[in-house]
Amino acid sequence: METVPRPGRGPQSKKNKPQAKRKKPRRYWEEETAPTAAGASPGPPRKRKNLELGRHRQKNSHSSKKSWLSKKSQFPRKSQEQKQPGGEKKPGPQRSLSGFQDPFPGPAPVPEEVARKFCRIDRSKELPHSLPKTRSKLEVAERVEEEISAKAARSELLLAEEPGFLEGEDGEDTATIRQADIVEAVDIASAAKHFDLNLRQFGPYRLNYSRTGRHLAFGGRRGHVAALDWVTKKLMCEINVMEAVRDIRFLHSEALLAVAQNRWLRIYDNQGIELHCIRRCDRVTRLEFLPFHFLLATASETGFLTYLDVSVGKIVAALNARAGRLNVMAQNPYNAVIHLGHSNGTVSLWSPSVQEPLVKILCHRGGLQAVAVDSTGTYMATSGLDHQLKIFDLRGTFRPLSARTLPQGAGHLAFSQRGLLAAGMGDVVNIWVGRGKASLPPLEQPYLTHRLAGPVHSLQFCPFEDVLGVGHSGGITSMLVPGAAEPNFDGLESNPYRSRKQRQEWEVKALLEKVPAELICLNPRALAEVDVISLEQRKKERTERLGFDPEAKVPFQPKPKRKGRGSTASLVKRKKKVLDQEHRDKVRQSLEQQQQQQQQQAKPAGVRLSALDRFVR
Amino acid sequence: MQAAEMNAIRAAEGLLALSQQEELVDLPNCPLSASEDEGDSDGERKHQKLLESIGSLNGKNRWKLAERSEASLKVSEFNVSSEGSGEKLVLSDLLEPVKSSSSLAAVKKQLSRVKSKKAVELPLNKEEVERIHREIAFNKTSQTLSKWDPIVLKNRQAEQLVFPLEKKQSDFVPIEHVFSSWKPRTPLEQEVFNLLHKNKQPVTDPLLTPMEKASLKAMSLEEAKMRRAELQRARALQSYYEARARREKKIKSKKYHKIVKKGKAKKALKEFEQLRKVNPIAAMEELEKIEKARMMERMSLKHQNSGKWAKSKAIMAKYDLEARQAMQEQLAKNKELTQKLQVVSENEEDKGAEEEELLVPDVVNEVQMCADGPNPWMLRNCNSDAKGEIQEEPEQPPKPMVQEFSESEDDERTGTEEEILLQEFEERRSLRKRSELNQDAEPVGSQETKDSSSQEVLTELKALTQKLNKKKHQSRKQKMSSAGTVLQIQREECAPEEEEPLLLQRPERAQTLEDLEDLGHEEFSQNKEFPRPVLKGEQTERNPNNQIDAPKGKKKEEMIDLQNLLTTKSPSVKSLAIPTAIEELEDEEEKHQKQIIKEAFAGDDVIKDFLKEKKEAVEASKPKDVDLTLPGWGEWGGIGLKPSAKKRRRFLIKAPKGPPRKDKNLPNVIINEKRNIHAAAHQVRVLPYPFTHHKQFERTIQIPIGSTWNTQRAFQKLTTPRVVTKPGHIIKPIKAEDVGYSSSSKLDLSVTQSNPKRPTGHRKKQLKKNTVD
Repeated sequence: METVPRPGRGPQSKKNKPQAKRKKPRRYWEEETAPTAAGASPGPPRKRKNLELGRHRQKNSHSSKKSWLSKKSQFPRKSQEQKQPGGEKKPGPQRSLSGFQDPFPGPAPVPEEVARKFCRIDRSKELPHSLPKTRSKLEVAERVEEEISAKAARSELLLAEEPGFLEGEDGEDTATIRQADIVEAVDIASAAKHFDLNLRQFGPYRLNYSRTGRHLAFGGRRGHVAALDWVTKKLMCEINVMEAVRDIRFLHSEALLAVAQNRWLRIYDNQGIELHCIRRCDRVTRLEFLPFHFLLATASETGFLTYLDVSVGKIVAALNARAGRLNVMAQNPYNAVIHLGHSNGTVSLWSPSVQEPLVKILCHRGGLQAVAVDSTGTYMATSGLDHQLKIFDLRGTFRPLSARTLPQGAGHLAFSQRGLLAAGMGDVVNIWVGRGKASLPPLEQPYLTHRLAGPVHSLQFCPFEDVLGVGHSGGITSMLVPGAAEPNFDGLESNPYRSRKQRQEWEVKALLEKVPAELICLNPRALAEVDVISLEQRKKERTERLGFDPEAKVPFQPKPKRKGRGSTASLVKRKKKVLDQEHRDKVRQSLEQQQQQQQQQAKPAGVRLSALDRFVR
Repeated sequence: MQAAEMNAIRAAEGLLALSQQEELVDLPNCPLSASEDEGDSDGERKHQKLLESIGSLNGKNRWKLAERSEASLKVSEFNVSSEGSGEKLVLSDLLEPVKSSSSLAAVKKQLSRVKSKKAVELPLNKEEVERIHREIAFNKTSQTLSKWDPIVLKNRQAEQLVFPLEKKQSDFVPIEHVFSSWKPRTPLEQEVFNLLHKNKQPVTDPLLTPMEKASLKAMSLEEAKMRRAELQRARALQSYYEARARREKKIKSKKYHKIVKKGKAKKALKEFEQLRKVNPIAAMEELEKIEKARMMERMSLKHQNSGKWAKSKAIMAKYDLEARQAMQEQLAKNKELTQKLQVVSENEEDKGAEEEELLVPDVVNEVQMCADGPNPWMLRNCNSDAKGEIQEEPEQPPKPMVQEFSESEDDERTGTEEEILLQEFEERRSLRKRSELNQDAEPVGSQETKDSSSQEVLTELKALTQKLNKKKHQSRKQKMSSAGTVLQIQREECAPEEEEPLLLQRPERAQTLEDLEDLGHEEFSQNKEFPRPVLKGEQTERNPNNQIDAPKGKKKEEMIDLQNLLTTKSPSVKSLAIPTAIEELEDEEEKHQKQIIKEAFAGDDVIKDFLKEKKEAVEASKPKDVDLTLPGWGEWGGIGLKPSAKKRRRFLIKAPKGPPRKDKNLPNVIINEKRNIHAAAHQVRVLPYPFTHHKQFERTIQIPIGSTWNTQRAFQKLTTPRVVTKPGHIIKPIKAEDVGYSSSSKLDLSVTQSNPKRPTGHRKKQLKKNTVD
């Protein structure tokens, strides 16, 4: 059992240091000078400190107020009070055979900031009064959370790679640095990641990286479809579908490829063999794949948003957006909600289990051109025909956090894993950077800019590589964007270097862990809440069935007093007293509520009633 | 004991009952015998009886005993009657023979012995006995069972139980024993062993070296005594100090506390000065603390003369010198507390104070920014504030504030302290008054500005507003002049000047697109909603404008809000590479293009459509009333006749108001309020046992269990089964020995038997003792 070291109990190693000798008894009112604590041992330094060691240590674990680790942040006081019943014993300085002691006894301290990141229990919420039995359960839950977060924080150590950005010399604007400069500066392996595919023949290209970031698929407007391992530049397949290609997307693995063609949606394997032609999805304009739900979301010209479960081949839901042609779509990686942009300046959020949009946001005066959602699901970037680029907060308020007018509207937007925002405007790609992970990029100075051979038709950051793939009318460009991607990958989840066997293994596991489509909702954490409405309903039904409320408060029944004072009259009097008190409380509460309501009502009324209203006829 | 008492009481009661019976038996006898004796004198007796009954009618002696009027010497063989003789018959009388004989002495003795003995108590009846038995049995069993309570509780709370339960191996084998059997075998081991021996390192007893052992032995009795004495002394000192502290805490004198506080403050300051010389880093920390205190002071209204006491004093201040002084003191204190502590090295101190004041707040702000970190609101705020203002209107710094600031600074320099305080006080008062005035005038102004949704109305209103504004200014000025000092008037003048554009700007704004363009800059800076209101910084208290702004911001209307959202002119991006299509465009053309865009979108009224849609959604989501009116029931019916309003009102069941919509305050959003049934099917519907409120239960299921979110260890820990059984093993019931109890419950039993009514608390304690033993 280990927890984040809290100021309450830290390892007491200072004991053994020579300067820790006490000259004077420490009083409780004095500031503790050294973490030696234990105010009960005054007097000159003793020789036989070792004898006392064990006893003091025990005492210290309760009384010492400071730990020598991180002093700046503390866990909530509440958690400090509850102690492990199992009697967590700090492993004191272990004696080795040689007699020397470990200068850093016990487990290494856990960085609290990191540990807090993994804490999920919202302690700010007030809980109603709980019985001791319940309280013990709550305490157990909190303790477990603490332990687990400590463990997770410890395992952060394993994330060896650290992200970094391009930094200009003093005064230098990083946007002036060209791709050629970057390529020249970086090592050969990284330089190889920058390349241009000159494909002028088959028109503007859409591209898509696989989830591991290893494979790249692209489809040209004039029917050219290809997939390749872009790191080694090994071509997997190349075909011409002899039909307009609207969009292209990898399914859960690189072995399957969905292509939105002029008429139907077709699925190919990595050899270029057509596996399926899905006629239920026709005239598809945009594709999105929800990897944890195995859903392929398609937006069509006819205005339908269709969810296709690729694991069983069934259409889960076909939703009519009632907003004309759909050609702007993005998925929220946090909650798998699909964002659709419409020509009336709104963005609507969809889940397959609800027929209407979950949320509709009015974003622009003109029609939407592009939508992108960042990996944490916090921000949504939109660009409209009014040449504005806006970033919205998706955490409940849906308010624009920042907005910029661009010289030309951004036709395509993309967020990287670490929150960089790329916008394709005409033949130029601009990239903005926020400070730190998942922070909002301030849309002032672009971090990088790049001019392409033709107008941008598709943008995507490559996962786990500092690369931005741009599909344009002149082919494909792979740009180097330092600091774009997450440097550490989860080898069990999406491993760029996985073998075929590993992929197969992962596929089975992923299918077993498939999330049902109906769980998609705006706030996924709401699933961990109790369904209050049906809870109440059940309670009501039960009381109806029983004829009384078993959980209701029993009406006060006074106990008869002894020694002749328990007359019926006095009993009744006492009973009435309590009842009256309760009644009074109730009335008082309702009065207060009424007053509040009146105040609330009075305010808006005051707004509407102006002195000038008398002139309005 | 009680039982015995009860028995005694019972016996006494029995006797009483018996005697009463006897009397009852006696009563009817008497008249009977009398009637037999004197049958002839019947009429007389009847008369007598009648008289008696009449006499008893008054209720006093209704149950008068019938008494015999004449002595009866006749002794019945069935009845021992003492009546008539007037003295009781005593047992000894019977025993005493006519003449005394010695042969009866033995019998007499025996009898006396019998007499001295109490009567044997009646045995309790069967039910009583059984009840007592039951009680004792219950106590006994409950005691023996309650011994298991802690174990049961422990097992219930245990994270994991492994069956069959095994005894814990409490005693570890000391490491010496382990080592004793170990012998070095390989040459390397031997070599190491030799080395250790050479250095007198402990081999068999790894805990203590010989040196340590020696030192252990070295502690003499004297030393120990001394040590003990020291400890005692320390403890005593501590208790003295505590007592003193407690005593001092109880002192209620305000003056005393004031003096103590002052002393402390002085001391702290002195210490700080010293610290600054000795340890500048620590001093900086100390300084931060002071700074924090200052911030707190500035945030609070503690010494701002805004409390109840201060207000009462303010009334008195005109006449009472002391009250005035008290107020001044308060203000001085505030000033003192809010004054910045200047810690600059001597050479730097020469520089202007202004510079410092400019510098420090910036630093503070930056720190706050950093601390806020990823909070996008704060970030946004900073950006918009800093950059927006600087970029957009560098030529228009907030002039009035600066003026004020400089004024106040001048004041500070010129005037003596008291004067300043007086002035400030005056200012505050005037401010308060003015704010009241403003509030009077405020709603009118703000509503004018906010009503801009309908443009036609606005044009009509425009003239009116101007008139009103003028009037307002005039009236206000008049009032002010009556109130005030020169300074006030100065301030007053600058305030309305500022107000005017604010008030007039709104109605004009939305009229044409050109206007909108022109106003673009100002709008951006003064927007209420987005970007967020510009923080006025430290002058909030002093700036009169602020009081006007605040209520306006609160009362916002949707339409304006939405307009703002979409029409705010966002700063344009300057990027190095401009798309080729636009590159050749010059600035003017660019502007022209923007104009075109705006005009193009002016036609399709996106906002209006959206608002309409939202309204419909809101209407649809409202719970509907149920109308149960039956037309023609109880009144005339037919074509063209409607049920009366009264009736309709009577039979209309109003639907309860639902909770407020989530998008109530979000003008640009429609949030679907419908419940997602499919997702709800996966939610928990029944609260498990110990939880009484859903929030409690929710807290326990917040932690994800899967291995995706946890480390392997944590995952294993989270998914350990609660009960583990070993296959093929018999799970025996738990025994006392397993848990560490000795099976000696006899002692407990005897205790309970001796006094079964012992309170339960005692028993529990005893139990605990037993378990500990």
